Amino acid sequence: MLKINKWNVFFVLAVCVTAIYYIIPNIYGKSEVTALPKFLSQKQVNLGLDLQGGSHLLLEVDTKSVLKEKSEDLVDDIRKSLRKSKIKYSNLGSKITGAVVTITDPEKITLAKNSIKENIEKGILIEESKNKLNLFFSDQYIIDTRSNTVEQSIEVVRKRVDESGTKEPSIQRQGEERIVVQLPGIKNPERVKALIGRTAKLNFHMLDPTTVELAEQRGKLPPGTFKALNSDPTAYEKQFVVKKRVLLTGERLKNAAATVDAQTGRYVVAFEFDKKGAKKFAKVTTDNTYQRLAILLDNKVISAPQIREPITGGQGNISGNFSPEAANDLAVLLRAGSLPAPIKVLEERTVGPSLGIDSIEAGKKALVIGFILVIVFMIIRYKAFGIVADFAIIFNIILLISMLSAIEATLTMPGIAGIVLTVGMAVDANVLVFERIKEEIRSGRSILNSIDLGYKFAIKTILDANFTTLIAALLLYNYGSGPIKGFAVTLSIGILTSMFTALILTKLIVTFWVLKLKPKRLYI
Amino acid sequence: MGLSAFLFLTKNLNLGIDFKGGIMVEAKFSQAPNLAILRDKIDKLQIGNSEIQEFGDSNTILFRLEKIDDSNMTQEQIIQKLKNELDSDTDYRRVEFVGPKVGKELKSIAIKAVLFSLIAMFIYIWFRFSGWQFGLGALVALFHDVLSTMGFFSLTQIEFNLASIAAILTIAGYSINDTVVVFDRIRENLVKTDRELEELLNQSINQTLSRTLMTSITTLLALLALFVFGGEVVKGFVSAMMWGVLIGTYSSIFIASPLILFFGFKKVEEKS
Repeated sequence: MLKINKWNVFFVLAVCVTAIYYIIPNIYGKSEVTALPKFLSQKQVNLGLDLQGGSHLLLEVDTKSVLKEKSEDLVDDIRKSLRKSKIKYSNLGSKITGAVVTITDPEKITLAKNSIKENIEKGILIEESKNKLNLFFSDQYIIDTRSNTVEQSIEVVRKRVDESGTKEPSIQRQGEERIVVQLPGIKNPERVKALIGRTAKLNFHMLDPTTVELAEQRGKLPPGTFKALNSDPTAYEKQFVVKKRVLLTGERLKNAAATVDAQTGRYVVAFEFDKKGAKKFAKVTTDNTYQRLAILLDNKVISAPQIREPITGGQGNISGNFSPEAANDLAVLLRAGSLPAPIKVLEERTVGPSLGIDSIEAGKKALVIGFILVIVFMIIRYKAFGIVADFAIIFNIILLISMLSAIEATLTMPGIAGIVLTVGMAVDANVLVFERIKEEIRSGRSILNSIDLGYKFAIKTILDANFTTLIAALLLYNYGSGPIKGFAVTLSIGILTSMFTALILTKLIVTFWVLKLKPKRLYI
Repeated sequence: MGLSAFLFLTKNLNLGIDFKGGIMVEAKFSQAPNLAILRDKIDKLQIGNSEIQEFGDSNTILFRLEKIDDSNMTQEQIIQKLKNELDSDTDYRRVEFVGPKVGKELKSIAIKAVLFSLIAMFIYIWFRFSGWQFGLGALVALFHDVLSTMGFFSLTQIEFNLASIAAILTIAGYSINDTVVVFDRIRENLVKTDRELEELLNQSINQTLSRTLMTSITTLLALLALFVFGGEVVKGFVSAMMWGVLIGTYSSIFIASPLILFFGFKKVEEKS
């Protein structure tokens, strides 16, 4: 028999209170929320990057290059140990992950193996076959190396993003060698992207007195040198002949800042070495006074000043042809350190602030109008019951938004579409019930009986039907990315709340109405 | 269904950069640009195949650039080159780049998502209605929906992207929802009446018809509001959804249930 279940009343009231509790913070702006009293929830619905504007970047760290570097280092280590133990060898070379060497005298192979073993890292294994030694990285070593490289890269990227003044960035590792960077509300994505993507390896070399023209006339470079491009393609000197030996690296830097040079009035980057670096720098500048230093950033010469006097304080300036932004960016890069491996942008999605604002407006408008259309239609079709269903829709939206806030979900444009769609689909459960009640009345049952049976029969159908939609939504959440995930979230929550409103809330209202007012005929 | 398959096979889907890889830039100009001149400018840049179209209004232009693999320009350089050509007060509303590797991955993810959801729904229905005929009937109907939505994308040449996959899955969920309601009534009637199966199916469909139509109408109303007011970004998604609601309603009435008969479901089976 149809009756008002006290527990249901209690349940509905509890849900109402919870919904209001969670929906309140959304009325306020982000900064005002923290000022709310402590007993109130401070959780809000987050706006996705497509609504508030911002950049989403998927980066890939080229960990292979690190393994290649390590393989080359290994070759050096082998050479050193064999020379030290005076063992003759041939065919020394690196592989993708490891190195090979042939020992000339097969009897000395164990000796060679032991001597190499002393000088290499633990994860590198040695295999011998006849007079050949095969050195390779263990699987664990490779995994650790890649993992460390990615972790270090994330640290560097984070420092750079923080220094660029982006608020609330999110930088996370994804899979083995990928990094996801989210930059909400960013104004100049190009600049931040350029900052993130640069390896920023800073090396100090000496310039060879030979000019490029002279080397070209001779047809070869002096031994132990290489050609490097000027980072400023408009400069008078396009290329330099640089000595291969690295004197100092950016790792020894303690600080860097963009300043204006008092004499020239130009922007320069002032840097400061740590103790060890300062000592080395003093020695280099003392030994090479009046020669030219070459400061290379990612293998391009950014500055090639003449050393006028020994610099003992560990401080110096890099004076390229810098704009204020370029000087500032370089300082940021130097402070944050260099990336251990090159980084590639695999995917980028940037939404400008104007589109975000337009999308929010469009979403609001669509929601209100879709809502009105459905509400009017329901009243036309189901009369009094239509009003009950409309009440359910309103409650449904409130519940949906409060649940989104409670889990601090991210609202995206497809997510708003999901809410609007929920308005259309949320009535489904009510429609199922109402149509069933109508049918029962037509077959001659009493009002009370019809309502009771209507809910009883419809409930199974509603559960089955919504469960299948939920399957689709969950798979979408699992496989979807960013905005699509937002759609899956609002759709799933919408399904759950619509079941609650149809099966518990409207049933309560209808029951209450029928029992208290005892209508003789149902206008449905 | 045949027509959709035909369309799908003959007229290719207009794959978006999500799956194909490439660069997309949505730019709002201060005044409507001349498309022919703009196209000329972009062609001169030699940054690979490009498509230029109006997006929403005549001030907003959508550029789609195919990134050529062998070009040694990075996507940033290409985007910068494009920006240099356009007026300085242009508002860049959207810049998206998807590398070829990610495009391939997204494609396989999309295929997986659709297949898994179809399988999951098939299993659920089979389990809930204790008859593989129900499951298979629903599956064929779903397949029909997915295929005809793809046909819709081929025919209209609406960009097929990640949002389209979301549309397909939602349509699948919506359509199966309809199918389940009809199946549920069939199951109920099987126990209640002694009619012939054919007549019983017919009766069940008729009983649920008004509900099926009602829900379709309210959903379409909500979608219509989104289509008109929801902005250009979701338009493709919404139009596919509208099509899907129509086709999903049709398929659950005319495909899923008759198929139960076709697959040789016997009443005795249910009773035992």
